[in-house]
Amino acid sequence: MMRPGLARDAAVCAAGLALLLVLPLAFPQPALRDFLIYVMAYGLLAMSLNLLVGLTGLVSFGHAAYFASGAYMFGLLMQSGRVSIPVAIVATVAGTALIALVIGAICVRLKEIYFSFITLAFQMFIHSIILTWVSLTGGDQGLMGGIPRPPFLGINLNEGTALYGFCAAVFVACVLLMRQVWMSPFGYALRLIRDNPSRANFVGIDVVRAKLGIFVFAGAMASVAGVLLALFVSGAYPEFGFWTTSGEAIFMIMLGGSQLFVGPLVGAFLLQLLNRTVTIYTEHHGLVLGLVILLIVLGLRQGVGAFLFERLARRRQARR
Amino acid sequence: MLSVQGLSKSFGGVQATRDVSIDFPKGSLSAIIGPNGAGKTTFFNLVSGAFRPDAGRVILNGQDIVGLSSLEVVRRGMARAFQVAALFPSLTVREALSAAVISHRRRSWTLLRRFPLADTAGRVDEILSLLSLEAQADTLSRNLSHGDQKLLDIALALAMDPSVLLLDEPTAGMGTEERWRMIGKVQQLWEHTGMTVLFIEHDMDIVFRIAQAIYVLKYGQVLARGTADEIRTNQDVIDAYLGTDHHVAAQAGAV
Repeated sequence: MMRPGLARDAAVCAAGLALLLVLPLAFPQPALRDFLIYVMAYGLLAMSLNLLVGLTGLVSFGHAAYFASGAYMFGLLMQSGRVSIPVAIVATVAGTALIALVIGAICVRLKEIYFSFITLAFQMFIHSIILTWVSLTGGDQGLMGGIPRPPFLGINLNEGTALYGFCAAVFVACVLLMRQVWMSPFGYALRLIRDNPSRANFVGIDVVRAKLGIFVFAGAMASVAGVLLALFVSGAYPEFGFWTTSGEAIFMIMLGGSQLFVGPLVGAFLLQLLNRTVTIYTEHHGLVLGLVILLIVLGLRQGVGAFLFERLARRRQARR
Repeated sequence: MLSVQGLSKSFGGVQATRDVSIDFPKGSLSAIIGPNGAGKTTFFNLVSGAFRPDAGRVILNGQDIVGLSSLEVVRRGMARAFQVAALFPSLTVREALSAAVISHRRRSWTLLRRFPLADTAGRVDEILSLLSLEAQADTLSRNLSHGDQKLLDIALALAMDPSVLLLDEPTAGMGTEERWRMIGKVQQLWEHTGMTVLFIEHDMDIVFRIAQAIYVLKYGQVLARGTADEIRTNQDVIDAYLGTDHHVAAQAGAV
């Protein structure tokens, strides 16, 4: 086995990207592509949130604010017709990072439940701006008129395969970036903060600044998730920034496991799968979802991803 | 060198520290003793920047550090270990120490390299061997024995390369034999590194055996100061603290 490191993770990511690109060739139904794009967008949202929840111990209830900010900023920039898609993405990520910096500077000084609630409050604030500034955002109708996708560098995202491939590439690049942060010395400083923030101060870590740093980074990553979804659905809706979206992301983390890097992605996959299959058979899909989650939480007492990972590790050890 | 001048602090109506002035010479090993509630831990909290004093100065290496955050105090060379070991439960001993050393070298913001940084491994091994924690290096902090947790707590403080080290009851919760092993370790560290070490301790035998200077606190005031022989024969201390058991118990109850 390769030594754990950036090279190995890059190889894993490249393999993952190859798999993502091959899957639609093997199963050409458009439904699979659509499903995977949803998994990638929400998976990215959940993974970025887990940089706060699982890595730093900051339970943000307002992470969807940056998801919505990503979708709306990107949509508005593209509707302005002045910029290309890559420029709009970069500007969106930068703009959202700035919003996260301002909000985070206030939030990260608060602890535990107070942190959770103030992030929720800021999200509701952003959600109501989206609802009330109708001339800009379209209010509760969402961003109207669709989001144009002008071709750039010979890539035409109006074509289904190209759009899917683009989303997969952006998604995998973001995962690799987050993985690097997760495994870096900075990532371990965040673990110290998660385990014991006051002691982290006494070993020379600037807790407030480190929290703010990861808050901004997580917000920026969430905005990319918003961009992917906006690109795909060709619109942006106030629900993107509603507290239920944040709640769903926390759900995904719980489902997959917060201490495993890919846990939230597993959770996003499971939740999307459940959502889709259950709604085919019953109107009461909330009931079924609730039951499944109860089973997982009470039965495994950890995320499904974490559970599988542990079994795998145990088996590997037994073989030695 | 650490100098405390006129340090006072009250909580509500209770004066926890009253006009405490002590000079701790560079490289000295001093003990702070006193009955429960005498203000020993409060004194440490004031000195290390965890609490802000109402009055007084704390001079560390020529600089007044009152009003600085605990982070800034650590960066100026004062580290501390806690009465109840304050650790990072989900990390192994080596991971926690590596992260502390990296942080001390101001490289916590390293993003493009992987943890741990190879050039900090030497220092981590050094600290592990200073505290005889090599065998536990890959144990999760939460699974350590009580004694090893206290050692790791000190190790984390050492990772800050402090010139002044505060140890709040390094032997708390230990049996007699374990106490002596721990205090032997502290003495060895002090001899090895030349740090100024202050420790809070309840066991008089230990204090009299190893401390160069002893400060007795009572009701937040310095009741007596001196060498082991001076303290042992000091009438105030005998009356207030070393007297009969019921005397000590009565005082503990009063606070």
